[in-house]
Amino acid sequence: MDISKLSLVELRAALRRGEVSSVAATQAMLDRIVDVDNDLQSYLTLTDELALEQAQAADARLANGDSTPLLGVPVVVKDIICTEGVPTTAGSKILEGFVPPYDAFVVQKLKAAGAVILGKTNTDQFAMGSSTENSAYFTTRNPWDHERVPGGSSGGSAAAVAAGLAYGALGTDTGGSVRQPASFCGIAGLRPTYGRISRWGVVAFASTLDQVGTFGRTVADTTAVFQAIAGHDPNDSTSLNVPVPDFEAALTGDIKGLRVGVPQEYFIEGIDAEVETAVRRAIAKLEELGAEIVAISLPHTSYALPVYYLIAPAEASANLARYDGIRFGPRVTGSDMIDSVKKTRALFGPEVKRRIMLGTYALSAGYYDEYYGRALKVRTLLKQDFLNAFEKVDVIATPTSPTTAFKIGENVDDPLAMYLQDIFTLSVNLSASCGLSVPCGFDSKGLPIGLQLIGNALQEATILNAAFAYEQATNWHERLPVIGER
Amino acid sequence: MSLTLADVEKIAHLARLELTEAEKQQYLEQLSAILHYAERLNELDLSGVPPTSHAIAQQNIMRPDVAEPSLPMDDLLFNAPQQKANQFVVQAVLDDGGSA
Repeated sequence: MDISKLSLVELRAALRRGEVSSVAATQAMLDRIVDVDNDLQSYLTLTDELALEQAQAADARLANGDSTPLLGVPVVVKDIICTEGVPTTAGSKILEGFVPPYDAFVVQKLKAAGAVILGKTNTDQFAMGSSTENSAYFTTRNPWDHERVPGGSSGGSAAAVAAGLAYGALGTDTGGSVRQPASFCGIAGLRPTYGRISRWGVVAFASTLDQVGTFGRTVADTTAVFQAIAGHDPNDSTSLNVPVPDFEAALTGDIKGLRVGVPQEYFIEGIDAEVETAVRRAIAKLEELGAEIVAISLPHTSYALPVYYLIAPAEASANLARYDGIRFGPRVTGSDMIDSVKKTRALFGPEVKRRIMLGTYALSAGYYDEYYGRALKVRTLLKQDFLNAFEKVDVIATPTSPTTAFKIGENVDDPLAMYLQDIFTLSVNLSASCGLSVPCGFDSKGLPIGLQLIGNALQEATILNAAFAYEQATNWHERLPVIGER
Repeated sequence: MSLTLADVEKIAHLARLELTEAEKQQYLEQLSAILHYAERLNELDLSGVPPTSHAIAQQNIMRPDVAEPSLPMDDLLFNAPQQKANQFVVQAVLDDGGSA
C-alpha cells in the first residue's frame, strides 16, 4: 500500500483499523516533501518534529480505540492562519520572524480533532493574488505542470494536497482564494458561508469577505476537514451561533429533484472553450443523476469585479494600518516616528501597497460616496440577484475560473488581467453565499478544470452533496499528477 | 478619473507608505486604470438602493463583562522590535516644544 495515495477518508479508516500508523503516514508525507517540495515549493515552514510528536501521541490514542474525527491525519495550514510557536508570515516580509503567541480558533479546532499539522503553506502576501506570485518568498508551482501557477492565494495548500504532501488543508477565500487554486490543481475546495467558521487568529485582509475554507483530494476529504473546524466562536463577533449539521452524513449522493441553476452571465466571451465544454458536460451529468436544470439570470454579474476591487482594498487599507513596526514584525527606523512607520510599511509587497493605495483613495474625503459608497450599494444588488435565484434553484453551477492554470509570469504586469481570474468566484463572497470547486475534467494540455457549485447562505450540505454525487459518477479525482515516485 | 502624481503622493502619505519614484509612477498608471474600470458602476441607477456593509447582518454581540486571564507578558512582548520594562520602545511622538 502506498500510503500517500490514500484519500483522507481512506487514511482515517485505515488508522482506526490499525492498518497504518499516524507516524507512518506522517513520515510518508515528510519523505515526499523532502523529495518533491524543493521543486514544488508549496511549504513555507515544515514542522516535522512537532508533527511526528503529534503523530506518536495520536497512535497511542488510536491504539485505545479513540475515534476523534481527524485523529492522526496529517494536514497543513495556510501561512496566513496563526499557529502558536510556529512562524506566521502571511507570505509577506512585514511579518518575517513573527511567531504568534496563540493558535487561531481553526487551528485549535484542528488540534482538538486530533489532526497532525505538518507545517505552513505558501500564499500570496496577505492573500492578495491568484497565483502565489505575490508571495515575498517564492512562487509555488502547479503539480500538473511546473511552468504554471497553482492558483492563489491559497496555492501552497492546494498544491500540497494535489501532490500528496498533505491529506487535507486549510486556506482562506476572500474572493476565490480556495476555489480557484482547487480548480487549477484538480482537487476539491470549499468556501463556506461567511460566519460559519471563526476568523479569530486569521490575519485579516477584507473583514466582510474573508472566510477560512478547506481542501481535500475528494469532496468527502474536504468535508471532513470542514466538519472539524466549523462552529461558533465567541471571540469572533461575526461568527454565527447556529447549529453545525453533520456534513459528512449529508453526503448521500442522492440529488434527485435538486434544482440546479445555470446563469447565462457566467458563460461569456473570454471563457476558455475547453473550460466551457467541460462545465456544460458536468451540468449534463448532474441532470443525468436526477437534477433539474434551470436557466437563470444573475443580472449584475458584470459589476461584481469593480465592486470587489473597491470594497476589498478599502477594508484592507483599514486592516493593514496595524502594521507599523511598533508591537510586532520588523522595524525600519527613520528620522522620526512617522518616517519610521512609512519606511517599515515599505516592506509590504507591490500588490499589497497597490491595494492599500486604492483602498485609501476609495475611502478618502471627497471620493467616499463616488467609489466605496457606490460599491456598497451595488453589493446590495448583487446579493439580491442571488437571493432571487435561490427562490428558484437550490444550487448554481458555473465554471470556477475562466481558464485553466496560466504560466508563471503571464499576468504579473497587468493587475486587471490578474483580477479577472476571480470573475466567477467573488460574487459568492460579496453575496454571502457558499461555494466550492470540484474537478470536472482536463483540457488538452492535461490541466485540471473546476466546476463551481454555489449555495445559499448556510447550505454547505447541499452543495457538498451535489459535488459528492458528481464525483461518485465521474473519475476525475482519481487522476493524480505524476510527481516524485507517485 | 485620472490621478495626478500629487494625488498619489497624498494617498501614500495618508496610508503611511514610503514609495520610490518608480513606484509612484507605476501606481499612478495602474490606479488610474483600475479607477477608470470601476467607473462602470456609474451606469447603474442606485437611487433608493441601501448599502450592504456586512456580509450577514448581526445585531451587537455582547459578552459577559468578566475578566479572563491574558497571555503572559513575555509571550506578548516576544515579537516586539524593541522593548524595555514591559513596554514597547518607540521614537518620541510629541516634540519638546509642543503644548501637549
